[in-house]
Amino acid sequence: MFPEHITFELGKYVGMFVRWLNTNFSQVFDAIRSSVLWLLINIEWILVTVPWWVILVLVFLLGWRLKSLLSGLIFAGLLFLVGAFGLWHPTMATLAIVLTSVLFSLLIGIPVGVAMGSNNTFAAVLKPILDAMQTLPSFVYLIPAVILFNMGRVPGVFATMIYALPPIIRLTDLGLRRVSKEMVEAAQSFGSSPLQLLLKIKLPQALPTIMAGVNQTTMMALAMVVIASMIGAGGLGYEVLVSINRIDIAKGTESGLSIVFLAIIIDRMTQAMADRYKYDEQDS
Amino acid sequence: MSAETKKKIEVKNLTKLFGKNQKEALEMIADGASKEEVLEKTGCTIGVKDVSFAVSQGEVFVVMGLSGSGKSTLIRCINLLNKPTSGEIFIDGEDITKLDSRQLRQMRQTKLAMVFQHFGLFTHKTVMENVEYGLEVKGMSVEERKETARNNLLAVGLKGYEDSYPRQLSGGMQQRVGLARALATDPDILLMDEPFSALDPLIRRDMQQELLDIQSKLQKTIVFITHDINEAFKIGDRVAVMKDGVVEQIGTPEEILDSPASDYIKDFVQDVDRSKVLQAKDIMFRPSALISDTAGLKTAIREMETNGISSIFVLDKQRKLKGIATIDDAVAALDAKKTLAEILTQDYHTTTPDVYVRDLIPIARETKLPLAVLSDDGRLLGIIVRASVLSALV
Repeated sequence: MFPEHITFELGKYVGMFVRWLNTNFSQVFDAIRSSVLWLLINIEWILVTVPWWVILVLVFLLGWRLKSLLSGLIFAGLLFLVGAFGLWHPTMATLAIVLTSVLFSLLIGIPVGVAMGSNNTFAAVLKPILDAMQTLPSFVYLIPAVILFNMGRVPGVFATMIYALPPIIRLTDLGLRRVSKEMVEAAQSFGSSPLQLLLKIKLPQALPTIMAGVNQTTMMALAMVVIASMIGAGGLGYEVLVSINRIDIAKGTESGLSIVFLAIIIDRMTQAMADRYKYDEQDS
Repeated sequence: MSAETKKKIEVKNLTKLFGKNQKEALEMIADGASKEEVLEKTGCTIGVKDVSFAVSQGEVFVVMGLSGSGKSTLIRCINLLNKPTSGEIFIDGEDITKLDSRQLRQMRQTKLAMVFQHFGLFTHKTVMENVEYGLEVKGMSVEERKETARNNLLAVGLKGYEDSYPRQLSGGMQQRVGLARALATDPDILLMDEPFSALDPLIRRDMQQELLDIQSKLQKTIVFITHDINEAFKIGDRVAVMKDGVVEQIGTPEEILDSPASDYIKDFVQDVDRSKVLQAKDIMFRPSALISDTAGLKTAIREMETNGISSIFVLDKQRKLKGIATIDDAVAALDAKKTLAEILTQDYHTTTPDVYVRDLIPIARETKLPLAVLSDDGRLLGIIVRASVLSALV
């Protein structure tokens, strides 16, 4: 047995830190809370107010333009099924949280990834943190989210955003590092400033990889938003939660499948978007 | 100092190390430690060690060496893509190692351009946008830079490919884009890092020729890196041979061919096809006898007699070649009371100083008369006898 007198109560200190944040920066968190909520409500309002068939047509057109006519038809068909399950509203609510979280993930993740890609020390510090973030069970994020933002949709967005952040940071970093050395040298040899090098050469070159990161981040967000229903994020996850509590197989099947359909549609579309930005690798 | 011999680039005691403990490594090098010792003790790799040379305005300076000899490290020091560990680099008399980052960017924008082995083209930009890049960074207006880019693409024969992407072009065409991109900023100095090594032999030859053509028009100062000694000797006005980060010898191709400084270089030049390196001007000599077109037949015969030759070139007052007279014709003409002018024939071959000996071989095979080497305005510079053409082959 490990000696009982040797103790290190890390959890206690983390708890104290989060509580300290909460008491001393409550205004900050309130401000974040209300702005996130404002954005979320507006996105959801748009998704719910727009007639269902308009969204179906939009999904069809996007699928058609990005992939193929068949894909467009399948995507629209899947979404139609979701509506027929009677889960249109929870699906739109889930989608709204996903979109909001992904938006914030990208806003934070891409700049952090750029910093990581251009600074080795920062990258060395951040890498283990990202590793930890990705291995930590997703439920754990719910606790600080609830402390800082109470129950509801905003902590849902917060937890989802944190959980979905690592892929976009990692892939932005990777994309920047994979830019061919000669290309960077060429840009430098013409006297580019660091900013010109980043904006005109490195970021466009890294774009396919960054788009792959957007895809992964979106999928992570979708997975997390289901779990976040436990702290009141609502949406499809809530339907699943209710089905578990009532052991309702019918409802569980329908809501579970709806999540899968949403995942398929979002994944294929963001992937197709990522593919658009691929340039052929130069030979040699 | 005249304009021709002005030093454009001057590198003094340049050393470039890679790794940590560079200070310690520098001291070890100063004490004469070898590359291996330095690496073992300090973990430092020596890229370039105590290299000095100067390149004149308008000169093509070739750095030749095998992989790992430090030649690419060296060329990257000239535009500070590699920061020298010690030593000085002067461009137009200014020590560029002392520039701050803004001054360095300015110098790169205006004075230097680089061409890369694998072209280094921006794959997300069109050919046109690639060529525009240097101008865009400089802050040139869109209209102006499009115009300049278009002209430069025209100059390298890529008209009509403006909107293509690099991946759609062949290797040779991609490197033309690289060249156009470098020339577009109108730099004084062109740094070329093995620009033709990734190309097929035939295309490489075309590109070499094209570079020489462009150079004869633009007279840039060029530093050219290659591992191919034939290419070095074909392109270079002067060649520096590098080995293990050190310059073993600097000289004109002829000097290196004739007196290699070390066994290493001797081994190298053994494979060189001398006929591809030597030009007409290298094997021509001043004719021992020449006469003016106003001279009499008897003078001509006497000149040929005293010099023991069977034919003589006849020049006018401006040293322009009028023709050749053979001893047989002269003697016959003396009996027939003809003048020198009447027996002159044009039955000889002429060439220019820059023609490679290789191209003279077929001519030398078919004629018995010497070849006349003429300047552009038709003056006689020297003659080449067939023996010297054919002996250049061995």
